[in-house]
Amino acid sequence: MSLAVKAVGIRKSFGDHEVLKGLDLEVTHGEVLCILGPSGSGKSTFLRCINHLETPNGGYVWVDGAIMGYALTRGALQELPVKRLRAQQSQLGMVFQHFNLFAHRTVLGNVIEGPMVVRGLSRAKAEARAMELLEQVGMAGKAASYPSQLSGGQKQRVAIARALAMEPRVMLFDEPTSALDPELVGEVLEVMRALARGGTTMIVVTHEIGFAREVADRVVVMIDGEIREMGAPGDVLSNPSDPRVRSFLSRVLA
Amino acid sequence: MRQSSLNSTVTLPLADLPGPDVAVRRLRHPGRWVSGGIVLLLLAVVARAFAVGQIQWTVVGQFLTAEVIITGFGWTLLISACALVLGVALGFAFGIMRLSENPILRFAAWLYVWIFRGTPVLLQLLIWFNIALVFPRLYIPGLVDERMVDVVTPFVAAVLGLGVNEGSYLTEVVRGGIGSVDRGQKEAAHTLGMTPDQTMRRIVLPQTLRLILPVLGNSAIGMLKFSSLAATIAMGEMLNAAQRIYFINGAVIELLFVCAVWYLAGTTVLSIGQYYLERHFGRDGATASGERRWFKGWARRPAVEGEA
Ligand SMILES: Nc1ncnc2c1ncn2[C@@H]1O[C@H](COP(=O)(O)OP(=O)(O)OP(=O)(O)O)[C@@H](O)[C@H]1O
Ligand SMILES: [Mg+2]
Repeated sequence: MSLAVKAVGIRKSFGDHEVLKGLDLEVTHGEVLCILGPSGSGKSTFLRCINHLETPNGGYVWVDGAIMGYALTRGALQELPVKRLRAQQSQLGMVFQHFNLFAHRTVLGNVIEGPMVVRGLSRAKAEARAMELLEQVGMAGKAASYPSQLSGGQKQRVAIARALAMEPRVMLFDEPTSALDPELVGEVLEVMRALARGGTTMIVVTHEIGFAREVADRVVVMIDGEIREMGAPGDVLSNPSDPRVRSFLSRVLA
Repeated sequence: MRQSSLNSTVTLPLADLPGPDVAVRRLRHPGRWVSGGIVLLLLAVVARAFAVGQIQWTVVGQFLTAEVIITGFGWTLLISACALVLGVALGFAFGIMRLSENPILRFAAWLYVWIFRGTPVLLQLLIWFNIALVFPRLYIPGLVDERMVDVVTPFVAAVLGLGVNEGSYLTEVVRGGIGSVDRGQKEAAHTLGMTPDQTMRRIVLPQTLRLILPVLGNSAIGMLKFSSLAATIAMGEMLNAAQRIYFINGAVIELLFVCAVWYLAGTTVLSIGQYYLERHFGRDGATASGERRWFKGWARRPAVEGEA
């Protein structure tokens, strides 16, 4: 399979605090990769570096033929103007832990915003496509509702539809079910399973070990800003070689 | 030990319980009647004092619809409206600059607020009115070349003075409003590929506007009243018109009362408008997780289906 994402030596510090210590990662087209790890290990930061919501202090991310945020000219990385960076970012769909829906727009308004403003689609075209996506995540019936009228699970499904509307090459999920009441987790994971079956390339930061075991092609375990274990879910989750990974997994699997 | 019957209810045997439609005697509130009565009495005293005082109510009624007064009120409304528009425009412009990445723009916005919020508005009006003393000519190559006194008429000075001053307050309000639109929504806009400019216009500002609507309502009401300060710079708005009349006929209090009636009428209409405007815009939670300090006293109302 061909590569979709290649992260090379990603480093990130906040002040003196080095959060990411040189991470390398490759994701192929159609792959589902789950990132596990204890709280504070830098999973969110890594995901945010991949789509340049945070600018890495070192290293770079290659997505489908281009380096995020830079152009390679004469052997050096030339920073891109913000408009071109945004164009690149729109190739990566992002789903946040706290949904981040636009509060002043309806469900439909949230989904058509990107296609209309960024892609320049007509309202009619954007709405038709948005309704298909809302159908797909089971939210078509709520198209005219505002985010404040939805449950957490419904908000997250709308957020997924909104990200999909940009037809991204890769979907990034940052703990999409962590802010949900337990009984609402299932409906979101179901949507994500369907996406995975459909061949969407996905990088998922999650605490849902069951989901990782069942859906992921590969699992990465991060500890203290480093990738400590990487491989098929069966191998990594059942007999990890790294002792710290073992102790982390024994805690979450307990 | 047995409890004292003062602290606990007296034991009521089941057999003594009344039927379901037993009569209920409500508590009486004699204190309310007394305090209400006192207030009514005081109001009556005040009303009587004005009724029998040295006021010719017929003169009040006569001048209430006098043409000079009505024209003056028209100017009052016009000054207020223009100054409010200017204030809002300046407030948004400088409020956005206040949060700019560019330190020089940030400083300029800070300077604006520092100066115009830090000096009395009456003083600012007088300075605008006398600006010709500093700059005798307004000269912009190829555009304007005029004597400053012809450009800055009392009306222009009033609008500039009130509007620029209001803008300095609104700058801080807009800054607070923008800051309270939660960061997650901006990040979501960025991941969709929206530029900072698009994010500001389509995501942040509409929500800011809803957040600061109550403040804008108060601004409008305040502006209507502050416009009376323009009377001091020979602007013929309502108070100035009233003054010119009572300098001649001596009916000072009568004409001031005429103004009071019109100002009250104006602010009342504005208050009602503000209520409906807020109800219209307040229907969806303007920010899902943002701070609500701009919402003080603004109850969330049930949302209505359908788009704005
Ligand atoms: N904007 C920031 N400024 C300063 N420190 C930050 C910032 N973002 C993250 N950090 C720090 O970086 C470290 C890693 O944070 P990160 O959110 O990436 O962890 P995580 O693995 O996603 O944890 P969790 O499972 O709790 O979400 C933490 O110590 C956090 O305090
Ligand atoms: Mg996280």
